[in-house]
Amino acid sequence: MEFKDYYKIMGVARDATQDEIKRAYRQLARKYHPDVSKSPDAELRFKELGEAYAVLKDLEKRAAYDQLGSNWKSGQDFRPPPDWNAGFEFSGDGRGAPGEGESANDFSDFFESIFGRGFASGTQAHAASHRRGQDHHAAVSIDLEDAYTGATRTITLQRPEVDATGHVSMRGHTLNVTIPRGIRAGQHIRLAGQGAPGIGQGKPGDLYLEIGFNPHAHYRVDQRDVYLDLPVAPWEAALGAKLNVPTPSGIVELKIPAGSVAGGKLRLKGRGIPGNTPGDFYVVLQIVLPSADDEKANAFYLYMAEQFKTFKPRAGLGV
Amino acid sequence: MENEKGLPQLSGIIFEELNELTLADLSHACAVQADCIVELVEEGVIVPIGREPHRWRFSGVHLHRASVALRLQRDLGLNLAGAALALQLLDEVETLRARLKVLGYD
Repeated sequence: MEFKDYYKIMGVARDATQDEIKRAYRQLARKYHPDVSKSPDAELRFKELGEAYAVLKDLEKRAAYDQLGSNWKSGQDFRPPPDWNAGFEFSGDGRGAPGEGESANDFSDFFESIFGRGFASGTQAHAASHRRGQDHHAAVSIDLEDAYTGATRTITLQRPEVDATGHVSMRGHTLNVTIPRGIRAGQHIRLAGQGAPGIGQGKPGDLYLEIGFNPHAHYRVDQRDVYLDLPVAPWEAALGAKLNVPTPSGIVELKIPAGSVAGGKLRLKGRGIPGNTPGDFYVVLQIVLPSADDEKANAFYLYMAEQFKTFKPRAGLGV
Repeated sequence: MENEKGLPQLSGIIFEELNELTLADLSHACAVQADCIVELVEEGVIVPIGREPHRWRFSGVHLHRASVALRLQRDLGLNLAGAALALQLLDEVETLRARLKVLGYD
């Protein structure tokens, strides 16, 4: 198993005071808390931090850990020296109720090899107890169109499994999941009973799938509303036009009013993500110009300049 | 989308669209005493429908906010007001991020 350098994880010196360790924990915990951080490895970092703090904040555990010596490098293959912890007595028969930084009760193999499973989980001391399994979380990306119609997705999640000898390995866990129509990015699908198995006769936990949308070539999504940048020719914007516009639920005909401006927003009510309160679909006008790359087009732009002598596009800037 | 053979088709609920949760449901789901939830309501972290506690009805969004507030308190040593402030700022960050995305910045 890998050696874990708890001092390095917490970014403190080996001779740091307990106050310094507490301060480092608080700072890093705010940074990596999974409810705060958007970084994909936040949960892992936060767990690691919780484990490091559980050891270093406790004088007995810290002393035992220090006893391993300072020659170990993070990630190095680690075997606990025989009888290394002889002479240490740990108070209590487990951690009891989790305290600050100890919400994760799945500490690493490294931790358990040093402090035993009794420390890693308060439930080990009560073998007969029943407890509901942990909830699991995973992120799933779907296409925006799936939210309009509903869909079925086959997803494979990696989850740790403990075998009969106590070894933990990652195993693929494949599920067929119905994606309900009208789901939005950031929402969660709860699959009852698909989390970790319960302890004793406890029920299994639930699996939460956090939905995200794959980036789309044309559409942007804000909550229930969907946006499309629609390129229009100058004469379509100036004179008005009836245009075919793609939406995730099919092509619709849209009337552009005369005198439309670049950045102008047109709303197609109820054509956003469906639901009890369906979202809206917004078309944002972008005026695109034909290039003046041949003589005829060039002459036409010159003629326009001639015709629009009083047009002052920068009048608002005072120039 | 082809289905993996032999696997049952799982359907879940959209968690955020859960509704009609009672105070007891919420405390049970968060594994805390009802008092803790009452405090969250008094602090304005979650605003249920209904006047008196026994008529309160919560949604999945409330449940999520409540569990985040409780985790922040426990993991970061925050008091209730601090957790409430953190949640409010997180909401603002979320709104601003969404706005940036709509404008095409990711």
